[in-house]
Amino acid sequence: MARILVQTEDFDAGVELGRLGHEDAGGIASFTGIVRAGEGERRVVALVLEHYPAMTLRALEAIVAQAQARWPLTGCTVIHRVGRLRAGENIVFVAAASAHRAAALQACAFLIDWLKTSAPFWKQEEFEDGARAWVAARAADDAAAAAWNG
Amino acid sequence: MTRILYFAWLRETVGYGEEEVALPAHVATVADLMTWLAARSAAHAAAFANPRLVRCAVDQEFVTPEAAIGGASEIAFFPPVTGG
Repeated sequence: MARILVQTEDFDAGVELGRLGHEDAGGIASFTGIVRAGEGERRVVALVLEHYPAMTLRALEAIVAQAQARWPLTGCTVIHRVGRLRAGENIVFVAAASAHRAAALQACAFLIDWLKTSAPFWKQEEFEDGARAWVAARAADDAAAAAWNG
Repeated sequence: MTRILYFAWLRETVGYGEEEVALPAHVATVADLMTWLAARSAAHAAAFANPRLVRCAVDQEFVTPEAAIGGASEIAFFPPVTGG
């Protein structure tokens, strides 16, 4: 009942939401992450997403299993794109369906918070001038993930 | 033989993404392995110059530097993850 994908191709969030429709699902919460051009002086034209193929699915399955253990989900989807993604393109999709909204909304937030700190993906920014830089991990992301253990 | 993998800037700094090594018996933990790998070349030394910036997975499971590596077949080094 969980759909977990790592792919270079784009996804259709509407189609994915439709897949989670179910007579016992009272609601579906979702998050779609998009490549941001950035607020700084240097505009980001693309992100290059690297991952650890032998480990990625296993890590995502572990995160989904935790969400399923904490909330009564009728369905759950995690899609993460890899490769070169231009500003404005989709990068990640997570969705959780449950009988009631609180479980769906909380599980969705948990999935994206944990995905950011517990799955082996690395982003490299590509700037307008062709320069590239690895994105540094953010302490705020670690804090958001850790807060679920409180 | 043990397969060592490098990702993101560690791969770029070392110069390649994968190597096979024969580990001496005294290399018991992830921290020991980082020290041992750092002595292999100037590029390795640069990659492991600040071990606090480096994360590790042993046989595809995240571990801390104190973790034992006995019997592992694949050990990966990488920066803190930045997906999502």
